[in-house]
Amino acid sequence: MAQQNKKTLAFNGDEAVAFAVKQCNVDVVAAYPITPQTIIVERFSEYVANGEVQTQFVCTESEHSAITASLSASTTGARTFTASASAGLALMHEMLFVTSGSRAPVVMAIANRALSAPLNIHGDHSDSMAQRDSGWIQLYVENAQEAYDSIIQAYKIAESCDVSLPIMVGLDGFTLSHSLENVDILSDEAVTDFIGERQLPQVLTHEGKSVPFKLDPKNPMTMGPVAFQNYYFEFKRQQEEGMKNALKRIQEVNSEFAKISGRCYGNGLIDKYKLEDAEVIVVCAGSTSGTLKVIVDELRACGVKAGLLRLRTFRPLPVEDLKNALKNAKAVAVMDKSMSFGGFGGAIFHEVRHSLYDSPVHPPIINYIYGLGGRDYSPSELRIVFDDLAEIAKTGDTGKQVRYLGLRE
Amino acid sequence: MSSKDKTWKEISIAGVCPKSSESFKTGDWKTYMPILDTEKCIVCLTCVMLCPDGTINWIPDTNKISFDYTFCKGCGICANECPAKALTMKIDNTEG
Repeated sequence: MAQQNKKTLAFNGDEAVAFAVKQCNVDVVAAYPITPQTIIVERFSEYVANGEVQTQFVCTESEHSAITASLSASTTGARTFTASASAGLALMHEMLFVTSGSRAPVVMAIANRALSAPLNIHGDHSDSMAQRDSGWIQLYVENAQEAYDSIIQAYKIAESCDVSLPIMVGLDGFTLSHSLENVDILSDEAVTDFIGERQLPQVLTHEGKSVPFKLDPKNPMTMGPVAFQNYYFEFKRQQEEGMKNALKRIQEVNSEFAKISGRCYGNGLIDKYKLEDAEVIVVCAGSTSGTLKVIVDELRACGVKAGLLRLRTFRPLPVEDLKNALKNAKAVAVMDKSMSFGGFGGAIFHEVRHSLYDSPVHPPIINYIYGLGGRDYSPSELRIVFDDLAEIAKTGDTGKQVRYLGLRE
Repeated sequence: MSSKDKTWKEISIAGVCPKSSESFKTGDWKTYMPILDTEKCIVCLTCVMLCPDGTINWIPDTNKISFDYTFCKGCGICANECPAKALTMKIDNTEG
């Protein structure tokens, strides 16, 4: 049932995130400013100053401290939020692993931005792709509306007892973070009812008691001890189980959210756009998908069987969904807004191509690195991708598998 | 690893300790152990106060110093700081 009294506000992506965090009744926000994320915590600090939220706002001296404070607060059972980008996320690197290993369901928005050098403040996916193996769930959104919706969903996903993992929601720097859009919002009550109170898994303490997993003087427990050769491996395997459970939970939360908002994003993992009979398919994450949908429509009007697969969830990787969605394609192109230097193409290409390995039929697949450091990509340039795919589908010859779009060669 | 170690399905998440730290006998880390020469000891309690693991105790009844080697990691601070030079670090030949 869609919401009865629909309310629409004008937000840029960052403001949409801040508004969602406000409605999620977050206990602690610890953050350090960095472009293009700054608006998120700047706007949120206004909510704090105005007394619109009861949140404890912690101004830290670095991103390393911001994530550490968020993790620490989370271990007391508090609902926490932080945000970062680029160099800030890179500085958090060490603590990202501690957060996921501590099973702290911290929610973090990333306004995706390039990494230095050369210095660049504009949008690409280099920052979060570099954190691929840090044990965080990763969602990439298409627009400000989805940024708002995904932050709300993120708490419900991360705080599920059988997941209990941190989650980062990536929105493209400037393209989404600073662009004004109409965003349909839910009422505060609807959000409160949807995410509920934070859930805590049960753990067994040294006193032999089964208690909720949080630091509590009434039920003392040791968190973050050493685990060497005899136990470390087992704890890592538990985290992997949390990721597997997240694969299911993301889909459930996506469906539950559709009931209160009327909006859903594919199955939560992948968003299929005109894929049923598609022969030439582009796989993409983030805001470029919006432009690609327009191109798919144009090509469909000309009789070309084009389709788009938007990868919304990158971690956990929806291998089966990718395999099924691409099995009948005649040619596939994967778009990567980051480099894996010395690798064979970008991160998304690696993962999508690897997902298809066990399929009986492999569609020819190519990779486009594009948009690095905020390099613009016009609809006409993106059309080149489909033109190339049509040629590959006809000849069966992939030619150069890793290509660059919009690069002066 | 031993057969009594549990599987990943049997243990609490995030390394929450199922046992008190008292049950982890960390004394087997040590290479050297402090040996007390009771003749030289002046029972000043410097070692008792400085031991980072609280493994040196003063026994009031006998006014003597005792060592709990099951937790002593052999750092040697006690021997280094002893004003009476009553402590020497010797190779730990005990098992476990």
